[in-house]
Amino acid sequence: MENFFGRYRNQLVLGVLMFTQVIALATQVKKPADSGAGPSTRLVRYWAVASIAPLEKLLMNIGHGARSFWSSYVDLRGVHDKNRELSRQIDDLRLQQSELAQDAGQAHRLQTLLDFKQKTISRTVAAQVIGSGGNDQSHLIMIDKGRDQGLSEDMPVISPDGVIGKLLRVYASTSQVLEINDASSGVGAILEKSRLQGIANGTSSGSIELHYIMADEQVSPGEQILTSGGDRIFPKGLLIGTVDHASVGKDREAFLDIRVKPAVALNKLEEVLVVTKVEEVVPESAPPLPVADGGTETPSTGIRAADILAQRLPSAPPVAPENGAKHGAAGLKAKVPGKHPAAGAKKAEAASPANVPPDRPQT
Amino acid sequence: MLVGHKSREEFQVHRLGVVASVALPLVALFLQSYIPIKFPWFSIFDIPLLVTIFFAVTRRTQLTGMLTGCVIGLLQDGLTQQPLGLNGIAKTVIGYAASSLGVKIDVENPASRLLMGGGFYLLHQAVYFAVAKGLIRLPLAWPSVVHLTIGAVANGMLAVFLFAFLDRFKRRK
Repeated sequence: MENFFGRYRNQLVLGVLMFTQVIALATQVKKPADSGAGPSTRLVRYWAVASIAPLEKLLMNIGHGARSFWSSYVDLRGVHDKNRELSRQIDDLRLQQSELAQDAGQAHRLQTLLDFKQKTISRTVAAQVIGSGGNDQSHLIMIDKGRDQGLSEDMPVISPDGVIGKLLRVYASTSQVLEINDASSGVGAILEKSRLQGIANGTSSGSIELHYIMADEQVSPGEQILTSGGDRIFPKGLLIGTVDHASVGKDREAFLDIRVKPAVALNKLEEVLVVTKVEEVVPESAPPLPVADGGTETPSTGIRAADILAQRLPSAPPVAPENGAKHGAAGLKAKVPGKHPAAGAKKAEAASPANVPPDRPQT
Repeated sequence: MLVGHKSREEFQVHRLGVVASVALPLVALFLQSYIPIKFPWFSIFDIPLLVTIFFAVTRRTQLTGMLTGCVIGLLQDGLTQQPLGLNGIAKTVIGYAASSLGVKIDVENPASRLLMGGGFYLLHQAVYFAVAKGLIRLPLAWPSVVHLTIGAVANGMLAVFLFAFLDRFKRRK
């Protein structure tokens, strides 16, 4: 027996090592929701990250410092021309801004009137990319911010261009980000023009596809795809990418196969933003609108959507005040104008000074 | 006849210092994680795999070859989102195979290093995908023949230069 173990020691060790790892794999796969979250696997991952991240951070900081020194002090050629060009662009943008401000003001007022709740990104943490998963099968990046900076698992990671992914694992001063083009990623998505909703999934080849759009829908290349907010991770309205190609699915004929061109160059990331706080707010009032003479127009406050509807709906003509009985009947008639009784009631209320709420200005 | 075949007595068994044994795998993992963020095409190389092969053929003992491969593979898995053990199993097999081969052929020869780098890359990919797809059904796409060929040639060529550099850390036993 002793001879057997001595003779086949290496093969036995190989078998034990393989068997242990296969069991470990099976254990991790059995818990997909918490993949690799057991104490032993956490420890191995922690060791791997802890041994690599400091070196990556150091090298990244040196590179960043050198680039910053070069661009701030040495490479200043053409700055004057660039400055002039940017000033011209600012002038153009100011004109555009005044037009957009009017639209935005109108949108804000409508949101207020409809009691529209909006999820807005209220806090982000900027982080630098310091590493990657290191192979073609892993679409993952490592960033230089972690739990110490207030990050936690599942926080969305974005850039000014669009969505990048979400935090997969968070360590003390580093984190791993799972990119949206990884096969295990999925983002609730909506097509900008047609408002069709689906799920943007990564694929094994590292591309992105939009799933669950019915085959009879019209989807044209170039249409933007935004986050729908349905996944409860990404706030609504962030750009995922554009439709690259759409055709009837090969495997599932009921749905379209939509290939997505990501908005962000996922393999050339240097800096990212981690969304640490998303607030649900109801816009309270619109900002003052710029008007033609250079002044501002303050939007009226306290008007309800129902009031606006009442003003736009048809109503009965005014009735002579001297006939009391007729007044009552006419008043009743005014309150119930055909198909829109509620609107008619509102109209009647709005017409009566006694019914004007104290917080509304009487005209 | 294998490339650079020598008799068993002609082989030199080397050892690596403790610092090199710890630092080289870590540097390999660091490079594998860091360089692809600047040059995405670099991910076709597998530096931890080449270091595993180098350690195995240098020490020429199957036990240390396997253990080194296992540790490097598990740490490499720790840097990805995939379950721990995929690279661990593949590199354990490579460590065993490379150390077994190390006692049979002359591993100092550049031609044998080229073949080892390319051949073990293919073996590694075969084990990796067999485990990933066959055992735990990960949604991975099989690599194309072109990709495998480019990877084998690229890793073989890198092995020639990398092993020549790593030879500096070897000490005669």
